[in-house]
Amino acid sequence: MSDALAIAGHALREAVRRRVLLVVAILTAAFLGLYALAAFEAFDSLERTSAGGFVPIDERALAGGTLLGLAMFVALFLGVVLAVFLTLGAVRGDAERGLLQPLVVRPVGRTTLLIGRLLAASAVCAPYVVIVFLVAVLITQAAGDFTPASLVVPAAGLALGVVTVVAISLLGSTVLGTTANGIAIFMVFATGLAAGLLGQIGEALDVDGLTTASSIISWIVPFEALYQNGLHALTADIGGAAGVIVQLGPFGGASNVGAAIWPWAVAWSAAVLALAALAFRHRDL
Amino acid sequence: MTAALSARGLSKRYGKTTALDAVDLEVAAGELVGLLGPNGAGKSTLVKIACGLVRPTGGEASVGGATAGSRAARASTGYLAELFRFPGWARAEEVLALHQRLARSDGGAAEREELLARVGLSDEGGRRVETMSKGMQQRLGIAQALVGSPRLVLLDEPTSALDPGGRRTVRDLLVGLRDQGVGVLLNSHLLSEIELVCDRVLIIDGGRVVTEGRPEDLTAPGGVEVETSDGVRRLPDARREDVPGIVRELVAGGAEVYGVRVVSGTLEDAYLAAVVGRDG
Repeated sequence: MSDALAIAGHALREAVRRRVLLVVAILTAAFLGLYALAAFEAFDSLERTSAGGFVPIDERALAGGTLLGLAMFVALFLGVVLAVFLTLGAVRGDAERGLLQPLVVRPVGRTTLLIGRLLAASAVCAPYVVIVFLVAVLITQAAGDFTPASLVVPAAGLALGVVTVVAISLLGSTVLGTTANGIAIFMVFATGLAAGLLGQIGEALDVDGLTTASSIISWIVPFEALYQNGLHALTADIGGAAGVIVQLGPFGGASNVGAAIWPWAVAWSAAVLALAALAFRHRDL
Repeated sequence: MTAALSARGLSKRYGKTTALDAVDLEVAAGELVGLLGPNGAGKSTLVKIACGLVRPTGGEASVGGATAGSRAARASTGYLAELFRFPGWARAEEVLALHQRLARSDGGAAEREELLARVGLSDEGGRRVETMSKGMQQRLGIAQALVGSPRLVLLDEPTSALDPGGRRTVRDLLVGLRDQGVGVLLNSHLLSEIELVCDRVLIIDGGRVVTEGRPEDLTAPGGVEVETSDGVRRLPDARREDVPGIVRELVAGGAEVYGVRVVSGTLEDAYLAAVVGRDG
């Protein structure tokens, strides 16, 4: 474990020294600034238009749920970008650049090396998505006094979701070059999102085949199931027409996928990492 | 005594290409062995198998008795790759500290200081890799290979980016390693380097060892040259043992002898004879 921590520390130092985290912090601050502007404007507008008029749906809940849905989507997207860029060249890319060989010849197992990279990327990405999401919640609360039904489930779902992406990216890095791996991971991510959107369409049109396909795909790429589960927990207490709208949501359908998703996502990540370790072990450098 | 590195019938195939074909090799403790051969001969593959980066398809290799590539073997091996890079953001000290930790060396700052001094980077510990010249990075690479006092050091083209001063430093360092009982396998295109420091030389071509021996045994005798009052006489078949007789004969014949030189071939001649002669 000490070796894995040494590798993780090295990777973290690299992220800090190469100013990856600084750039991410600046861009995230820009996103949160825009989010704050949008949230305050949206709730102000609600107050103005709602005054004295008949409101058929709970507009405050609709605005809050939709805004936090957007925050969840962006947090996941940024977290995935960060996860991919921290790991996409971990094996083949680093080997082609000559960075990996001096480390691999040390008495550190190749699996340990991968675990170290997983720990480093997870230690950056998981807290990152949680912080972005929680800051968005605070902004939404300040702007419109809207509190989501759950904080823990969406935050934990985002955190575990990006860890699954880190694992896929590490697996990809054992067989694909840096650019090819980056493209492949974003394709996988897009597939997950598309599955979520298909599920929404299936639910809106009441097409069982679409919802079933969406459900299967979201379990195959569990970051999507975790995301849908988080969205559902976020807006679970919103009822009526507003509840229906936010559950369908513009950023992928909310769905209560069940508690089994948590052990499944952990086991899935471990299996993907084991596969990566197997591929790495048999790779000539 | 267990060899620092031993290989028996070592083979490596990449698809239909044979990179190594039944190579036998032994590097004793305190022995400096040079690997020579044209590009693509299989030298780097041999070194990579020895340090566990590449798995052989046949035969076996061991480091200090442990299977090459095993944790125990890697713990007693230092390696400098032909194409290596350290992260540009890291300082020289940090690179060495990371490798100390991974090699489980408890040498601490004293070892880092000593290694940097041995490669002529005493004052550069705080310098970032990205600001170093290629030669400095290569020196740092050699220092990294020596972290944890390995019993076997594998150096793949360690002087390719060095100036003559740097090469001298590395030569002295290699001699020092030999004196400490470290086995060294040196892969280099610089024949003069190999000739100057190596105890034994292996010439590889087409994945096979085509010749091996001590540099002085590989270089063919080139006769004797005698400078006399009548000019320089060349005796191509004469050997070192013949010199006293030749001088006696010349002096008895009335010639004045100003100098005698025993001519020997170079390692380059031996290399070309082994490789080009074989190809041609």
